[in-house]
Amino acid sequence: MSTVSPSADLTRQTAANLATAIASREVSAVEVTRAHLDRIEAVDADVHAFLHVSGEQALAAAAAVDESLQRGEAPASPLAGVPLALKDIVVQQGVPTTAGSKILEGWLPPYDATVTQRLVAAGIVILGKTNLDEFAMGSSTENSAYGPTRNPWDLTRIPGGSGGGSAAALAAFEAPLAIGTDTGGSIRQPASVTGTVGAKPTYGGVSRYGVIALASSLDQVGPCARTVLDTAMLHEVIAGHDPRDSTSIPQPAPNVVDAVRRGQSDGVAGMRIGIVKQLGGDGYQAGVSESFAQAVATLTAAGAEIVEVDCPHFEYGLAAYYLILPSECSSNLARFDAMRYGLRVEQRPDGTLIESAEQVMAATRGQGFGAEVKRRIMLGTYALSAGYYDAYYGSAQKVRTLIRQDFERAYEQADVLISPSSPVTAFAIGEKVDDPMAMYLNDLATIPGSLAGIPAMSVPSGIASDTGLPVGLQIMGPALGELPMYRVAAAFEAAYLAEHGTLVPDLAPALEGAK
Amino acid sequence: MAAQQPALTRDDVAHLAHLARLQLTEPELDLYRRQLDVVLHSVARVSEIATADVEPTTHAVQLVNVYRPDVVVPGLEHAAALAAAPATDEGRFRVPQILGEEE
Repeated sequence: MSTVSPSADLTRQTAANLATAIASREVSAVEVTRAHLDRIEAVDADVHAFLHVSGEQALAAAAAVDESLQRGEAPASPLAGVPLALKDIVVQQGVPTTAGSKILEGWLPPYDATVTQRLVAAGIVILGKTNLDEFAMGSSTENSAYGPTRNPWDLTRIPGGSGGGSAAALAAFEAPLAIGTDTGGSIRQPASVTGTVGAKPTYGGVSRYGVIALASSLDQVGPCARTVLDTAMLHEVIAGHDPRDSTSIPQPAPNVVDAVRRGQSDGVAGMRIGIVKQLGGDGYQAGVSESFAQAVATLTAAGAEIVEVDCPHFEYGLAAYYLILPSECSSNLARFDAMRYGLRVEQRPDGTLIESAEQVMAATRGQGFGAEVKRRIMLGTYALSAGYYDAYYGSAQKVRTLIRQDFERAYEQADVLISPSSPVTAFAIGEKVDDPMAMYLNDLATIPGSLAGIPAMSVPSGIASDTGLPVGLQIMGPALGELPMYRVAAAFEAAYLAEHGTLVPDLAPALEGAK
Repeated sequence: MAAQQPALTRDDVAHLAHLARLQLTEPELDLYRRQLDVVLHSVARVSEIATADVEPTTHAVQLVNVYRPDVVVPGLEHAAALAAAPATDEGRFRVPQILGEEE
């Protein structure tokens, strides 16, 4: 275990190392927090990962950790004192939360999400709220009402979405830990295109209480970091049953840190890893396919048995997803009615007063929501309307059954499944913004896992030879199969480090020009 | 049954926007008519394989009713619940006229 001296660049350390150094009082949590706030100050004007930075609150939380350690108390958790970036769709009492939307500008939540409570109780220092596609709808963070986040690897490119802010904060060394939410791939695809790690737990594995709902049957909160171990440590902090979320699985958090240690020491010897035939080939960038082939070779060398599995209904996943998601979001977003909280538009452009609640509602929603949100609300309204319900929404729910059955059969042959996380590396800002279908294709590989509710994660698999940008490897476990998923991820990461001498996140540009 | 959805008209989009309580501009109506048409055409293929013998999955985990003991616990305080409201009056949400606006 390496140690951290106060003169070292604290923002380049892993969360695990920082936590050890803080617990042994080699460095203070305040020093660590200040280093990250300074880094945010230096680079975030260019990256725009954060919508709100809670500097004073973060320093106060860090000071509380230091004082507790000074009194000789045990750390509140193995990550006590480590800073974190929170996606701005998870509420934190008294801290502005917008979900990337104008309709919630200036809103101060009157309560904490369960995830927020658990982070605070663990002594984790929340640096601020990160940018996202409005209400988590998007694959590029270009749909934020507050402007796009930029990919630290190349500031002209997207950081993925919807959790682009959280992923970019990690890749820009603004935070060692981050929280994301994944509905169709919003943790995994940003992790992939920023060269970081992100995990979507089994649906119901982390409480959604206090997480602004997009599509309730798909949304899942998950941990993000630059290493698999850090991700697993954060996973253990936030996971586990919450009586306030009726879809929360009544089981304790899985011991994923142990699974990571096992992957690091024992590799993947004796494990069967399935390659999904349908999640490769056409539509994948050459550099992505190449990196995936190398990842397969690495896993084979590490002792895995590779099998090809057939999931014939995956090709319908995208279509089913883009019916189920808009249907649920059109219903969830009905709460933004201008009556109880958020924006209220009461005047016409000519200054005259709008008299009725219905018209105020329509005017407010028309002005408060961005283009992608309106498009999906109308799509959902259509899919749920009488006469089309069976053909669209009903059929999509049946496709979901067929995809679950594909997974069940696949897991008879393999312990985990793998694929590229995203079909392409980070594309240019603006490149796909006017073409919804082209944008939706970014989630091709991540959507089947979302529909089935299984755990899935993205770990960096290398740098694409054609674009020089990071590529992600997706590892999918069976339902509640976090342990084999993390074991394979850790084994892959260890093998990659042994092979290349450095991990992908450490290759990210320094962004020194920013200050 | 393949979803033989007819091309969306501008009036259809206006009607959908009304149902969804979204006031749209004229250019938005045109834009969404085109885009929704493309998306709907592309997602309609779900009906190709959704035969009558396939059970729908509404949720990835089995949902059951969750109960808690029937005891009074503190909820959100009155002032906190009202704090973010666009307008309040005498401790209540103040809203525009609701009655008498529809037939």
